[in-house]
Amino acid sequence: MPILGRACLILALVACAYGIGAALYGARAGRREWADSGRRAVYAVALLLTVAFAVLELAFLRSDFSFATVATHSSTTTPGFYKGAAVWSSQEGSLLLWAWLLALWSSLVLFLTRHRMRDVAPYAAAVLLGFGAFFIGLLVFAASPFHVLAQAPAEGNGLNPLLRHPSMMIHPPMLYSGYTLFTVPFAFAVGALLARRVDAEWIRSTRRFALAAWFLLGIGILLGARWSYSELGWGGYWAWDPVENASLMPWLTGTAFLHSVMIQEKRGMLKVWNVSLVLATGVLAILGTFLVRSGILDSIHAFGASTLGKPFVAFIALLALGSVVLVVSRRELLRSEARLDSFLSREAMFLGNNLVLVGLCFVVFWGTFFPLISEALTGEKASVGPPWFDRYTVPLALMLVLLSGIGPVIAWRRATPANARRNFLVPVACALVCTAVLLPFGVATKPLSLAMFALAAFVLGTVGQELVRGVRARRAMASESAPVAAVQLVRRNRRRWGGYTIHVGMAVLFVGVAASSTFQHVRDAALVPGQTQRVDGYDVHYVRSFARVADDPDKTGAIMTLGAVLDVSKDGRHVGTLQPARNYYPGSPEDGPVGQFVSGDATSEIGLRAGLRKDFWVAMQPDNVWLQRAIAKANRRDPAKAPLWLAGIAIGYIKQPPPASFRIIASPLVTWIWLGGFIVIGGGLIALWPAPDPARRRVTATLRARVAQELGRA
Amino acid sequence: MEDALAALLIFVVLAVAVALVTQPLRRDRVERLATREQLRREELEAAKEAKYREIRDAEMDYRTGKLSEGDFRALDRQLRGEAVEILRELDRLP
Amino acid sequence: MDPARKRTVRLVSALTAALLLAGALIYTSFSASSPAKTPSQLASSAEAGRSYQLTGKVVPGYAHHGDTLDFRVRDRNGTASVPVRYTGTVPDPFRGGREVIVTVRKQGLVYVGERDSLVTKCPSKFSDSKKQT
Repeated sequence: MPILGRACLILALVACAYGIGAALYGARAGRREWADSGRRAVYAVALLLTVAFAVLELAFLRSDFSFATVATHSSTTTPGFYKGAAVWSSQEGSLLLWAWLLALWSSLVLFLTRHRMRDVAPYAAAVLLGFGAFFIGLLVFAASPFHVLAQAPAEGNGLNPLLRHPSMMIHPPMLYSGYTLFTVPFAFAVGALLARRVDAEWIRSTRRFALAAWFLLGIGILLGARWSYSELGWGGYWAWDPVENASLMPWLTGTAFLHSVMIQEKRGMLKVWNVSLVLATGVLAILGTFLVRSGILDSIHAFGASTLGKPFVAFIALLALGSVVLVVSRRELLRSEARLDSFLSREAMFLGNNLVLVGLCFVVFWGTFFPLISEALTGEKASVGPPWFDRYTVPLALMLVLLSGIGPVIAWRRATPANARRNFLVPVACALVCTAVLLPFGVATKPLSLAMFALAAFVLGTVGQELVRGVRARRAMASESAPVAAVQLVRRNRRRWGGYTIHVGMAVLFVGVAASSTFQHVRDAALVPGQTQRVDGYDVHYVRSFARVADDPDKTGAIMTLGAVLDVSKDGRHVGTLQPARNYYPGSPEDGPVGQFVSGDATSEIGLRAGLRKDFWVAMQPDNVWLQRAIAKANRRDPAKAPLWLAGIAIGYIKQPPPASFRIIASPLVTWIWLGGFIVIGGGLIALWPAPDPARRRVTATLRARVAQELGRA
Repeated sequence: MEDALAALLIFVVLAVAVALVTQPLRRDRVERLATREQLRREELEAAKEAKYREIRDAEMDYRTGKLSEGDFRALDRQLRGEAVEILRELDRLP
Repeated sequence: MDPARKRTVRLVSALTAALLLAGALIYTSFSASSPAKTPSQLASSAEAGRSYQLTGKVVPGYAHHGDTLDFRVRDRNGTASVPVRYTGTVPDPFRGGREVIVTVRKQGLVYVGERDSLVTKCPSKFSDSKKQT
């Protein structure tokens, strides 16, 4: 069946080439049937890639080791769910997933817009097919998922145990959906510039696509952070690692675009800026994809050197150069219709927001690529660490939160001091109250965190004030109860209230980040059962050890688990129980009859007790010297009874465990990060939800009355 | 045997893809891609929607205290005037 | 001041501010960075007390002594290796043959790893498989 997969890839490549030609011809010659055929080529590519993906997926699920990819990334012992997801743990499989998602999203978007933007859509289709051709080309010529092994091995290498976690499996599809969806506004921007039509319709459609992409990419980033925190042994959620940064950059410019496009919509300003942002976001998305798989930067994610580096660099250079040429050649079209009236206006706040976001992106970009930059400039590769990133991103983040509080409350064009006083009294009071409340807790020693808390209170104050005033206004107009009024308020202003909700979510998230990074307590301790370690006023008591052999409740494929039961209490009051452990996976037979069961990769199972106010996080490492000695001893015994000896080691660990090393981290407000994330997701959904279509019936009435009528109905 | 099945599937998929892609080319009617009127109407409809949103936003801004009454009345009059212009242009289209 | 002139002033001051900030950023990145070195580079040119980012492969046969991990790091494509003494979190994927990044300072004959700076690269997910036909 691999031949079917390969054939589909080749056919898809041909379809891309055809589609580009047909769409471009249809657009240039104004021939609808050719443009439609070009659009359908996108559907055909989606169909062909679906078949190819299905072939690969089936091979993984059936553990068909004649497929080289399956043999190197899966095994018969890999649990079912992870077999299915192992497809995208490989270079080829993940490229196929990327191309497939690109084709699916492109098909959906082109289908939804098939009756609109008839002059722009064919160009956009051609651009999307161009992206498709690049990735499918890689799949056909450089990294084929359908390579066949002459001799299918009996057993595969298995999936890296670190990846056996549900969020790790959803994380790539989410991220890829975000990346691929960001190519859509890119394509429509190119199309609009080529067709010379950058108007209200372009804004409306591009906004929606960009919002959907922003939404999915954001979820992907959050999932990655959550996985890092709850699964990896370092207890953090963000390391300014190049691959993390790669996903953050397009998200930052995407956020900037979603704001500045509103200025273009309202006042016809910033057209060049907006188009450039959209194009830059698309390029950054491809750059992000490239960073992950090229190995040009040292990263915890860096997956070794690969041969795909050069084609990617060439492609990205082409995209960047093409974008610049296109914008410069169409600059007449993008002339501003208005000017900034005053610094004290919503436009100015949006502009400030954009500058901060682009500034953030620049900082992240510079820090991420610094090894290459320094090598080019000084001949020596040097890298900057998290402290450097934090130094610049923290003040910028503070400014961002401040602007998100001011922006919604200040008027368009020009705010008057009297108005400012009316609107900012309550929010500023909130910030001051918050500061006063927190001071006794010794927060003043960390001014930046205190500033973040105060600004978050400010934002919550502004949104709360908007809600109260909005509900009051609605009740004055249409006598509704307060809850109904609130719902109606949101329904009729989805974009605004989605945005406000997102701002609240981001403020909550930043509070969580500030608190958990500044006021964290970390303790390393070597403990035996009965001992207690004090952390941040809490007592962590090592109650007993535990061990499991051939007992895999989480279906990760671990053969042996050694762990500890810890009891957390404060002043005698029980707070929680933690069960950190270490999972051991099978290695190779050369490690001995007993050793082979557990000499593979080991992973930490984190003991985590999350709370609204504080998280307790524990990672443990059993004494490795003790373990190696026990295994060596067991290896010398009768190999036929190897599982028995392994069980014996486990029992020994339960009865008389050697000291284990624990890392205990007590962090305040970590949960606020995930909570904030959920609020942002909720806000995104509110903003994305399609608004009820205002009736397009033409009523015979005077024009003014019609305006009034249509407004009332909407 | 499996090769034969694979070959058959390839053929089927190819046939479906070709049929899908060539369907528009086999139509009887030959249409223009987009008339100037169609594009203009699209643009105006989008502008109308945006203008309506602006009017609603301005009213919300006024009711929540960001605009004084005088500023609001002036702005509302201006925006409604712009909306009327858009409707007038829409009506002018065939 | 007429509006046009006001706008020019604003533009110029904004650009100047941006340039100054970018300048500060760029300057500090050079002074706050640690040069990345391979074991052979480190062996030949390391200065005592300066911190470096060592990248290379772990040589099998390392030892835990209580809190401390003693291991050797060799060149990715070579045999030159340097000894590292490290205290702190050891990432799960750490083992012989894996690629690591660790911030070190030269102290006598040994390189002392900065606490918690050891990063083990995820074993090659995306390298080209050599076992293909």
